[in-house]
Amino acid sequence: MNGIEQALTTGIEGGTVILFPALGELIGERSGVVNLGTEGCMLAGALGAYAVGATTGSAWIGVLGGLAAGAVLGLAHAWMVVRRRADQLASGLVLWFLAVGITSVLGTSFVSRTVAPLPVVRLPGLGSIPWLGTILFDHDPLVYVSYALVPVVWWVLFRTRVGLVLRATGERPEVVAVAGRRPDLVQLAAVTLGGALGGLGGAQLSVGYVDNWFDNMTNGYGFIAVAVVLFAAWRPLWVLVGSYMFGVALAAASVLQAHNISVNQYLLDSLPYLVTLVALIVFARRGGARTPEGLARALNNTT
Amino acid sequence: MHQAPAVARVIPPRRRKRVAVVGTLAVFATIALAACGSSSTSTAGSGSSGSSGGEPWAGAKTVGFIMVGEESDQGYNQAVYEASQQVKKDLGVNTLLAANVPETQQVTTVMQQMVDAGAKIIFATSFGYQQYAYAFAKSHPDVLILHQGGTYTGGKFPPNLGTYFGEAYDPVAMGGMAAGAVTKTNKLGFVYAFPIPQTVDNVDAFELGAQKIDPKAVTYTVATSEWCDPLKQKTAATALLSAGSDVLTQHQDCQSTVIEAAKAAGAYVVGYHFNASDLYPSGWLTGSVWNWAPLYESIIKTAQAGKFTGSQYNANFIGTFASGNNPLTLAPFGPAVPASVQPKILAEEAKLKAGGTIFTGPIYCNNGKVLVAAGQVATPAQINQFTCFVKGVVAAS
Repeated sequence: MNGIEQALTTGIEGGTVILFPALGELIGERSGVVNLGTEGCMLAGALGAYAVGATTGSAWIGVLGGLAAGAVLGLAHAWMVVRRRADQLASGLVLWFLAVGITSVLGTSFVSRTVAPLPVVRLPGLGSIPWLGTILFDHDPLVYVSYALVPVVWWVLFRTRVGLVLRATGERPEVVAVAGRRPDLVQLAAVTLGGALGGLGGAQLSVGYVDNWFDNMTNGYGFIAVAVVLFAAWRPLWVLVGSYMFGVALAAASVLQAHNISVNQYLLDSLPYLVTLVALIVFARRGGARTPEGLARALNNTT
Repeated sequence: MHQAPAVARVIPPRRRKRVAVVGTLAVFATIALAACGSSSTSTAGSGSSGSSGGEPWAGAKTVGFIMVGEESDQGYNQAVYEASQQVKKDLGVNTLLAANVPETQQVTTVMQQMVDAGAKIIFATSFGYQQYAYAFAKSHPDVLILHQGGTYTGGKFPPNLGTYFGEAYDPVAMGGMAAGAVTKTNKLGFVYAFPIPQTVDNVDAFELGAQKIDPKAVTYTVATSEWCDPLKQKTAATALLSAGSDVLTQHQDCQSTVIEAAKAAGAYVVGYHFNASDLYPSGWLTGSVWNWAPLYESIIKTAQAGKFTGSQYNANFIGTFASGNNPLTLAPFGPAVPASVQPKILAEEAKLKAGGTIFTGPIYCNNGKVLVAAGQVATPAQINQFTCFVKGVVAAS
């Protein structure tokens, strides 16, 4: 396997850790609620998946545990913001603080446990396509789930009535209410689902990719996911692009070093963040025009 | 038209994170400490304890240990934790433990709580605690503070302060020999955080050890710029493995991710900090593992006898193979290390214990410069200032 192939393959595997939470955050923001606690949802999901996996002996049941843990935190955020009218940014951050502390305490006994990770499955047929087969179709099954999830999210958001209601809630909740729907319930559902996907990203990290639980292991990647949503201007396909771009940049730092290509270490390590930053700047203007109105209002009038 | 939400700009993730970790972990550390403290039968009248030898900590019955991470991390912190349990058993002292204490002012709070709970001796076991440990020693002359890993440079040592560590590179070289014995590709992989001298020494020693068994061995390196980021560790390990390395080792705080990556690829591992052979019995070759208990016990006994001030521990104490008191030891060999090679490694260890070092010239940097001239033996002081990787190390940065 050559270096480019390696960087792309690893980039997709690692990028999936960002992709799930970013898709989840996109759904939440489309409904008008930003969740800075995405990092916390990931952390809870990573531990939930690992703990349940270690206890039951099945990484798959662990994945369900990760989804559930993320959903619980997502629901907590939704309840605070939607029902208690709490400040979105503050609530998200508090949630994250909470997740760091709780997972640190509850996770202690799982640090040294082992779980048989999700298997790497080379898809029959697709996996034997030269070059692309290895890059795209030789991963753990959650990666394939993410391939399917991106078009599904796009389709639901932009081609179904449910998606229309969700987007309308993010733009003008009053209109949705007048139409006889409950915008608060829409937001509760969207943010809880977003939390669950954050948890799924954590699960991909702990039982899919690194096969390990460690204190505070998400290390800020949840915030990258939130940034990716901005970069993507709330469009699912671009969330995929942004997540993989970050993943590949992350992988490239290692691959270049392992192939003795001389680039400054600190530059390499800042590469993923630089890429994200530049993308944010470049796309900021275009993104601004597409900000869900309800979201913009919520963030500009945070009282 | 509204502005785009400025989420990313409002929250600089790194800084916020630190605040969060401090905040939340502080709470939990406090709870944990309170729990430990309440269970200890506090013999802390302790004004009475100054009878033997005149030092305030003479006869101390309560000892505190502060750790930066998890007590079950299969790494640096678990080694500290297990030693503290050994100390408790062997010396019959009460031990106060605080885990996950960040390298911030929080350390000071935890130390004060330990003192309030009766501790007369406190081991601050993370490198980044140093400034807080030094300051605390200054403001609390009746408490003995020991800092793990630091080198005190503040001039004359206060009578109630000591630092201690072990020489890492010699045991690491033994691990390199084991790696050299099993590699088929002649490529070894090393995951590290930053090219600081301690790490450069370890990488160099590993390669030099490997060359003793396999002269063609080459060590490939990947720096992650983090002491424990599983995602980056996995990425680094994968890159090294796919570039042909069939033995991995590391200088990271948490080692499970790299071990699991090696296991999945059928490669071998040489461990660091802690004996994690349970994770991968068939592929674990050996490792450099901390055995702190004898050193802790020696320090505590010296203090209890009221003879700490002016002792070898009232200084920057570095345990070495040569002096027979290195807290960093070679872990038992795994089954993959050929029986024919094991005696060679042990013979080399015996040679180092008799006063040698792996850094015996001629040694060349990988840019061709002479690092240690032929016939010369590098001193610990020189070794701790090495910045060049030796010939045979592939380092891109």
